[in-house]
Amino acid sequence: MEKTVNHKAWFLVLPVLVLVAFSAVIPLMTVVNYAFQDTFGNNVFFWHGLGWFEELLASDRMWNALWRQLAFSGIILAIEIPLGVLVALNMPKRGVWASVVLVLMSLPLLIPWNVVGTIWQIFGRVDIGLLGYTLNSLGISYNYTQNPAHAWATVIVMDVWHWTSLVALLAYAGLQSIPDAYYQAAKIDQASRWKVFRYIELPKMAGVLMIAVLLRFMDSFMIYTEPFVVTGGGPGNATTFLSIDLVKMALGQFDLGPAAAFSLMYFLVILLISWVFYTVMTNLDKRG
Amino acid sequence: MADLTATAAATPRSRSRALPRVKGSVIIMGLYLLFLMLPIYWLLNMSLKTNAEITGTFSLWPQNLTFQNYVTILTDPSWYMGYVNSLIYVVMNTVISVAVALPAAYAFSRYHFMGDKHLFFWLLTNRMAPPAVFALPFFQLYSSVSLFDTHIAVALAHCLFNVPLAVWILEGFMRGVPKEIDETAYIDGYSFPRFFVKIFMPLISSGIGVAAFFCFMFSWVELLLSRTLTSVNAKPIAATMTRTVGASGIDWGVLAAAGVLTIVPGALVIYFVRNYIAKGFALGRV
Repeated sequence: MEKTVNHKAWFLVLPVLVLVAFSAVIPLMTVVNYAFQDTFGNNVFFWHGLGWFEELLASDRMWNALWRQLAFSGIILAIEIPLGVLVALNMPKRGVWASVVLVLMSLPLLIPWNVVGTIWQIFGRVDIGLLGYTLNSLGISYNYTQNPAHAWATVIVMDVWHWTSLVALLAYAGLQSIPDAYYQAAKIDQASRWKVFRYIELPKMAGVLMIAVLLRFMDSFMIYTEPFVVTGGGPGNATTFLSIDLVKMALGQFDLGPAAAFSLMYFLVILLISWVFYTVMTNLDKRG
Repeated sequence: MADLTATAAATPRSRSRALPRVKGSVIIMGLYLLFLMLPIYWLLNMSLKTNAEITGTFSLWPQNLTFQNYVTILTDPSWYMGYVNSLIYVVMNTVISVAVALPAAYAFSRYHFMGDKHLFFWLLTNRMAPPAVFALPFFQLYSSVSLFDTHIAVALAHCLFNVPLAVWILEGFMRGVPKEIDETAYIDGYSFPRFFVKIFMPLISSGIGVAAFFCFMFSWVELLLSRTLTSVNAKPIAATMTRTVGASGIDWGVLAAAGVLTIVPGALVIYFVRNYIAKGFALGRV
């Protein structure tokens, strides 16, 4: 759409600006403040320069959390994106069933995140959970509170359960925008099912899928509540992801300096991904 | 004409050929929905059992059905006030977010102005910001202005990600409204506020509904900030649920019942936004 230049539009944006500045900029400045200072208590601070950053970058703690985080995000993307596309391709296109399926699929997305954690905590328990009980009676000694591999599996399956529907819904929205004429043309050319997917459906879904990948990457990158409820970051530190580690540092041990430096670096990564996201979005807008 | 008859003739044949594939899709969807519903069913199942039955026997459905767990929650103020607190700050947040986002989204969808792209991007970064980064500074900020443990503190904190979300979603809907409508209204002598409320808002009512729904939802599912910013008076239900862990072990039945009750609000309204849910999650794009 043609937009006109009008600087008075600033007045319309002003409320948002003030509100978000209050809830984003002021806290962020506090973080910056702590990141460069040290204290011996009593609210006396002194300049610490880049000390906290150097200390963090030299320690294993943050790197380990970061690798775990990247592994987690990578695995869930590798499962959720193909599975979501598969589900989207098989969703009923119209009628009552389409509505029923849409509502049922959306349900996990609307459950409070700690309840998602609770559901899987219970579901995986050996004594009272359907999953844990069934696995153990099948002879697989499954116990997510003691075995790191099982804890990982539980957290990943939980995330797949929680968010695959989002990928599927986005892919479904992309599929719906393909005109029937495309399929008819493919039929005339006697294209195989795979070719229809590869040369019609996939290119048409590419934009939406890009959004799905970025959204899932961002949200999994800052996951906190669900794994915290299920495993508490354990056993040991096996499922301590970035956010869990950060909250431990900031609110648990009250190590303000390192936590703030950690936050800033975390935020820079998020900023970078946001920028990619924004570029993809604006390119999509131009095409649409 | 020849084309039309050709496709018409081709349709029944292709349908019969496509039949096995339809069955395959039913199987896939069935398995997927089963995977989605089983954990929820298990929670529901547990909420209808007594604790003795939960820990004592293993059964796929309640042997002696009981609603005692729900009665416990709905009659004890320290339980049901959790829901009330959550609802209060969630509604406050939804109203604030949509109210400030409406004019801003209009500005972004209609005008170029100095720094508009940077501002739009900056809003996005706040939607993407990890709450864990903000937990501690928020705690200090709201304590220093003595808003700690109030509903408005949580509502304002959730604005961090909900205002940007609302702006993006509304902007997506508004760009679909042709600009000629605005111009015609101004020629007809409408002032901007009157035009906005009387003509424009009804046109994007579905967009407002979707934005409100997503603000409601993201405020409702969030726990980290709401737990950090409250202690007693504004404690959300999500934090209250940790109470079930007591000296005598975990009260599984009540925990499950509380969990089921948190799913209800979302489940009630999901039907109305089912066709827009992808658009909402994709921040108004798609």
